[in-house]
Amino acid sequence: MANFFPRWANWIPLKLLLIVMVLGAVVTGGIWYYFTPKYTNVGYMPAQPAPFSHAIHAEQLGMDCRYCHSHVEVAGHSNVPSTQTCMSCHSQIKAQSPKLAAVRASWETGTPVQWVRIHKAPDYVYFNHAVHVNRGISCHSCHGQINEMPVVYQAQPLSMAWCLECHREPEKFLRPPSEIYNLNWRPASAQEQLAMGAQYKKEWNVNPPVTCGGCHR
Amino acid sequence: MADAIMQSREAAEQRITRAPLVTNNRSMAWITDHVASVTEKKAPAWWWVLFTISSALAVCSVLCIGYLISTGVGVWGLNHPVGWAWDITNFVFWIGIGHAGTLISAILFLTRQKWRTSINRAAEAMTLFAVVCAGIFPLIHVGRIWMVWFLAPVPNSNAIWQNFRSPLLWDVFAVSTYFTVSILFWYTGLVPDLATLRDRAKTKLRKFIYGIAALGWRGGNRQWKHYEMAYLILAGLSTPLVLSVHSVVSFDFATSVIPGWHTTIFPPYFVAGAIFGGFAMVLTIMLPARAIFGLHDLITDDHVDKMCKIIVLTGSIVGYAYAMEFFIAWYSGNPYERYVFVHNRLAAPFFSWFSWVPGIGPQMAELGANPAPYWWAYWSMIFCNVVAPQLFWSRYFRRHAIWVFIICNFVNAGMWFERFVIIVTSLHRDFLPSSWNMFHPTWVDIWTFTGTFGIFLALFLLFIRWLPMICIFEVKAVLPEADPHHGHDDHHEEPAALKGAAH
Repeated sequence: MANFFPRWANWIPLKLLLIVMVLGAVVTGGIWYYFTPKYTNVGYMPAQPAPFSHAIHAEQLGMDCRYCHSHVEVAGHSNVPSTQTCMSCHSQIKAQSPKLAAVRASWETGTPVQWVRIHKAPDYVYFNHAVHVNRGISCHSCHGQINEMPVVYQAQPLSMAWCLECHREPEKFLRPPSEIYNLNWRPASAQEQLAMGAQYKKEWNVNPPVTCGGCHR
Repeated sequence: MADAIMQSREAAEQRITRAPLVTNNRSMAWITDHVASVTEKKAPAWWWVLFTISSALAVCSVLCIGYLISTGVGVWGLNHPVGWAWDITNFVFWIGIGHAGTLISAILFLTRQKWRTSINRAAEAMTLFAVVCAGIFPLIHVGRIWMVWFLAPVPNSNAIWQNFRSPLLWDVFAVSTYFTVSILFWYTGLVPDLATLRDRAKTKLRKFIYGIAALGWRGGNRQWKHYEMAYLILAGLSTPLVLSVHSVVSFDFATSVIPGWHTTIFPPYFVAGAIFGGFAMVLTIMLPARAIFGLHDLITDDHVDKMCKIIVLTGSIVGYAYAMEFFIAWYSGNPYERYVFVHNRLAAPFFSWFSWVPGIGPQMAELGANPAPYWWAYWSMIFCNVVAPQLFWSRYFRRHAIWVFIICNFVNAGMWFERFVIIVTSLHRDFLPSSWNMFHPTWVDIWTFTGTFGIFLALFLLFIRWLPMICIFEVKAVLPEADPHHGHDDHHEEPAALKGAAH
């Protein structure tokens, strides 16, 4: 049989191998970077029905987180305030502001304001706010510097790996119970944090679950 | 003295003279032509008929799988406590079938069993197709198949890492290694024959396709040297897999604490069963293929005979294992283990026939009155796997293809029943009698499984249509003409007894 393939065909397997390797590296790298909550979720900042600013309320006015999120210490779910909570001030203050139109409409009709949820745990994850805030985990650990956000966005990936970072080493994040709602509090140094965290961990018997059943009940 | 030695040697040589592996003195050209032409002629009508039927069945399976994935595993009859049923039964059934191919191609190669040459190619192809069918079930039984990549140890944003202590994970590696090594072994062995097909090709397209597939094989001395080394290494890699894959599959059960599963005999028992069932499937497929293509000179009655002997050997090992399970259940003194074997499997209505037997009569009557819910599955298994293959002790049954075919089909059914018995009868009666429940397959169960036979046969039909189903160059090597001494007998004073005997 005469040569059916030209001489350059000898290089095709090698070239193919090279292409597959390069493509493989690009695809792997791409997925590693782009297909994670770190890329897809962090920075999520949807428009809300009323432009509520945490920067004004929590930082400038110094309101406590628990004034609005009143169940956070006692319930698994941290509530978004009802319209009544808003109106307890805004029936007097800035009562005619166009920015509060959605809140007034809700007050008149009895339909809750349709706030857009930002921090979503999947339905197969059991997360309890009360347990965390009562045992030395600040709002800041998961929600970031929310007291400085004019519009709330997602600051942390909330991926399982991210949860486990703290569940495996809680001493890096535990803080004094008095500073849970003080989002501007910082430990003096990393060493101090570790020493303090280790002490709290021991005193409070903090054993965060790292088994599947801990969160996926 | 020297004469006496020569004489006894002659007598010994006479005794060990074997029937030729290729009958009717077929020439090398005849073999090439006969095997290669199957792929070159137009597909016969029967091929289209079989292919249409089997691919229609395959489509049934695919549709059922689509329905399962889109709806959820609830479309199967799985329940509590029968969390594994036909899915894992089918998986173990199919993965077991593959083992004959690997045994024929690897172990018989290393042990220099030349009769393997005419059956190894098709048996290896069968291995691959069986593993394809097997692989479907564990993949789809996980429920959310898009999460199946969790089985791979890939760093991810869920920080999920595999539990390497779980035999289910070992299974993933065992089966994927098995498939990878089998496909490499099979393809390596195909290369010289693909070159033959390329060289015989008439059309440009065939030349192109087989030219690529043959990887530039020219049949030079150096290429043969590399080929033989590569093939030997792959045979060495495949050999432990014959034992390891089904051992690991058996660990899925043996390392659990379910009575009826928690048994140390499982690995060897599963391996013997796999080889047993695999050889039965090889014969089930090869006998019709041999008849259709007139390959009786290559796949001779001796080949069939040898495979039947392996079936009776492994079938007897399996029968011994069944008996030993009962012994261990009794000897262990574990009441749950005893209960599973007697009340979930053995006890059958016909036990009441033995109520007259002195001593055990009352117990027999009671067992007969309260038979195991799955007694029919257990006794089908015993009949198909232990009783039926015993016919192969008789030369008559080994030498008549129709009997071989019938008995092998009993074995095929029996091996499916064996896995069903192990899985379902152990699970359906939990430790808690309040959760006892029967398993009832749904139509999705039934058609998914039936469809896998379509997938298996359709792939096999495509294989015999496009690839040489017999290893041409290896069969040629076992011809008398391939012996370097062939035709040079004049120079030696060969004893008359050896004249005409195959070498």
